[in-house]
Amino acid sequence: MKMALFFPELFLLLSCLVIFLLTLGKMSSSTVRNITAALSVITFLICAASLKLEGDLFFKAYRIDLFSQLFKLLITGGVAVLLLFSHELKGIDEKIRTEYYLFLLLSALGLVMLVSSVELLTIFVSLELSSYALYLLVPMRDDHGGLRQQMEAGIKYILFGVVATGVMLFGMSYLFGLTGTTYLNELVPAVNQLITSPAAIVGIAMVMGGFFFKLGLFPFHFWLPDVYQGASNETTAFIASIPKLGAVALLIRVATLAAPSAEALVDLLMILAVCSMFYGNLIALVQKDIKRMLAFSGIAHAGFVILGIITLKDTGFATAIYYITGYMLMNLACFLVICNVSVKGENLAISDLTGLYKRAPLMAFTLAVGMFALAGIPPFVGFMGKFMLLAGALKAGHLPLVILAAINTAIAIYYYLSVVRISFCTDPEERPAVAVAPLAQAVSIALVLIIIIMGVMPAAVVDFATLAVRGIM
Amino acid sequence: MHDFLIMNTLGYPILSLLVFLPLAGAIPLLILKNDEAAKYWSLFITLVIALVSLPLYFKFDRTTALYQFGESHTWIPMWDINYTLGIDGISLLLILLTTLIMPLCVLCSWRYITTRVRPFFACLLIMETSMLGVFMALDFVLFYILWEAMLIPMYLLIAIWGGPRKIYASIKFFLYTLAGSVLLLVAIIALYLENGTFSIPLMMGQDYSSVFQIYVFLAFFLAFAIKVPMFPFHTWLPAAHVEAPTAGSVVLASVLLKMGTYGFLRFCLPITPEASIFFMPYILWLSIAGIIYGGFTALAQSDMKKLIAYSSVGHMGFVTLGIFVFNVHGIEGAILQMINHGVTTGALFIIVGMIYERTHSRELALAAGVGKFMPIYVTFLGFFSLSSLAFPGTNSFIGEFLVLAGAFSKSKIIAACAIPGAVLAAAYMLRMLQKVVWGGEKNPDQSYLQDLNVREIITLAPLLIFVLWIGLNPAPFLDVMHTSVANLIQQVGIAGADQQSLIEIAKLVIPQ
Repeated sequence: MKMALFFPELFLLLSCLVIFLLTLGKMSSSTVRNITAALSVITFLICAASLKLEGDLFFKAYRIDLFSQLFKLLITGGVAVLLLFSHELKGIDEKIRTEYYLFLLLSALGLVMLVSSVELLTIFVSLELSSYALYLLVPMRDDHGGLRQQMEAGIKYILFGVVATGVMLFGMSYLFGLTGTTYLNELVPAVNQLITSPAAIVGIAMVMGGFFFKLGLFPFHFWLPDVYQGASNETTAFIASIPKLGAVALLIRVATLAAPSAEALVDLLMILAVCSMFYGNLIALVQKDIKRMLAFSGIAHAGFVILGIITLKDTGFATAIYYITGYMLMNLACFLVICNVSVKGENLAISDLTGLYKRAPLMAFTLAVGMFALAGIPPFVGFMGKFMLLAGALKAGHLPLVILAAINTAIAIYYYLSVVRISFCTDPEERPAVAVAPLAQAVSIALVLIIIIMGVMPAAVVDFATLAVRGIM
Repeated sequence: MHDFLIMNTLGYPILSLLVFLPLAGAIPLLILKNDEAAKYWSLFITLVIALVSLPLYFKFDRTTALYQFGESHTWIPMWDINYTLGIDGISLLLILLTTLIMPLCVLCSWRYITTRVRPFFACLLIMETSMLGVFMALDFVLFYILWEAMLIPMYLLIAIWGGPRKIYASIKFFLYTLAGSVLLLVAIIALYLENGTFSIPLMMGQDYSSVFQIYVFLAFFLAFAIKVPMFPFHTWLPAAHVEAPTAGSVVLASVLLKMGTYGFLRFCLPITPEASIFFMPYILWLSIAGIIYGGFTALAQSDMKKLIAYSSVGHMGFVTLGIFVFNVHGIEGAILQMINHGVTTGALFIIVGMIYERTHSRELALAAGVGKFMPIYVTFLGFFSLSSLAFPGTNSFIGEFLVLAGAFSKSKIIAACAIPGAVLAAAYMLRMLQKVVWGGEKNPDQSYLQDLNVREIITLAPLLIFVLWIGLNPAPFLDVMHTSVANLIQQVGIAGADQQSLIEIAKLVIPQ
């Protein structure tokens, strides 16, 4: 029965293999895309079916529990949504589209394995599998305007990524040196006894650094704006939403090392969260490129997620999961619009959304919902997440942090609002209507509905996430 | 199940029906293809809502201060958040005012809105849902969600259908109100951590420390004072009013501003009574400043909408004045004045909208001397102007009289300082009335103007009826609030009794 535990990963691996075989042939890119989308939807269904499985694999380095299965479901769901709405890869050369899909699935595979890894080296290998595939996706973009922007972004991404990995490995070596084990479940009691020693704190913080990089938390955020801008819209949609799920999953796993108390670590995280929020929100105010704006907004949201982590409690972790799930959905909604409005896969300036309500009413509506949700206005999921994070953090006694976070939501509203304003309150002038494929329309309606329903009825998701988190604590 | 709530016994959930009917009514608007049909549908829905709300008045139990027509369902068990609705004497009239105003908003937009008609009416209906919900919510999270969600349709109303400076006005409106309410959220969570519940009535009358009360009060105050708006937080109001379409201005003036003062009554006074007493003198002086400032600025305006917007600042100053004198006359006068302001100022905005539809200008000088050509129009204008300056026999007279009587028994000096506000109101309203009805020697040619048509008369007539009704026989309106107001004063009074020192401080700032 051990095979069944590993079945989602196996199927994803098999899918990668199928796509690899396709790269050898000369199949049209739309067929490949259909196959990939179908495979990703099937993977999602398999993950849903294997939600309740539990067990260990590979000498207990790989754990299947509700926590990991929940994240697998979210990750594969995100990938499926992404593949469904990006019906043609506008920014990618026709010749390498099949390879593009291959690396996209490989990266997803890495993330899916990452959330199940409970041993430091396994974590490292899974993270790198996901990262290296992503490093390749970024420079695969067409060369727009001969600036080789995508190369610059790719190099920046890989250099920062390697440094972050180095930091993480260094931290892991500390943890191993202190405890003599790389298994998380053995690390927890061992580190708990050492939690007052600076070496343990530094070790945990450095391991977290690797995930801060994925999440885009200050001071590991430098790559975000340039990579968002340099990568093709679809790639950015992936980078912006899905790896962040994996990062939060692992941050929670690592944070359980520090639970129930680690003041120095909490203080450190708090400072990073505040810096992240202010830095992201203030710089986003002046952005002209919408992807860059979303990058800075992502930095700010990363700070917000940390609010859930620093409580070091199951409810806080569960809220962080709820928030990052909501964030993925809101981001996907926004990027769905960006991918569809962009004619040839070029970057969109915010002013390119002028008169969108007339050119594509549904897209304008989806964008508005996404933006208001990101801004944390009720009744959308962003508000509920924000509310529960603030409530949890205040419960844990972090009043100054909560006030600073609340002030940040007021700062952030301006730039989100200006996108809504451009798309609803201006005339399209000469700009042409936007054709949106029926499938993308259906996905956008579904996303809007989920964003609203999760915002109005968060109880089910949060309860489920709490249940999942309790399993690993 | 809750001792503060009398469960609804009507056989159908009347409050939920009122909240969700507008929202349900907005959905067909997204599907309808015909603009005319959309107008009739919106009118129909708002009229139905107005009819549905009537039993609230007739079945209302005037002898209890508990919340009535209650509904309560579990919503988010993890945080003990419930969907709890209920109304008392303070919110009843505001709800009825909202359901009365909305059909009139639809009517006054009939010709005014020519582009994107269906989304406009959808926005109006979504507004109605959140406005009614705010007045009914007895759970703080529910309240906050509706309070914030309202910003989106209101923002769109101003930003899409507004005047030339709509972008500036709408963003200013959004930023001001949002910035004000983010700390409200923190205060709500802090209260939750003290009490373990988000239920508003259960938060009242608790023994919080003075320092905690002061922090919570300040967070409340910032949010509500911006919404009212109190001087010096009023700067978003003229901009938003001037640029908003007529219906937007009416909703803003008649209902949205009331949410601030409603917030003071519902939250500040009962939840943080000590802090309310502590800050009372400052708020009274701010109210006086608002009354005088609003009056003088209104006197200087040449744009009619701006004039009425600044007059709102003054009128709302009277409301906050009445609330913070903490006696029966003051608070009942304040609640009545909230209704009066909703009726009168709403009507005045509709009237300005009507002249704007004809002349495409709101300049006072360009509207001079229309009395000869629009007799019905100026008759209405006359009545509502007199009402606005609190002429005896009109609604505002009763309200302002009660407020001033309350202020007088608190402090003669405070009352004396508010009197010039009433004089200023007469000055700026009569100035506008004189100019519009008769003008001077150099009136622009107004002979092309058509007088009001039947639709426009129907729009204004209900408001006129209420002006005279409240003015001549206010008892039916004051009746419903007596018990709730007495209960509210008791809640503040209990805190006041053992806080003599605070009252001593207060006396230093307000000479008796």
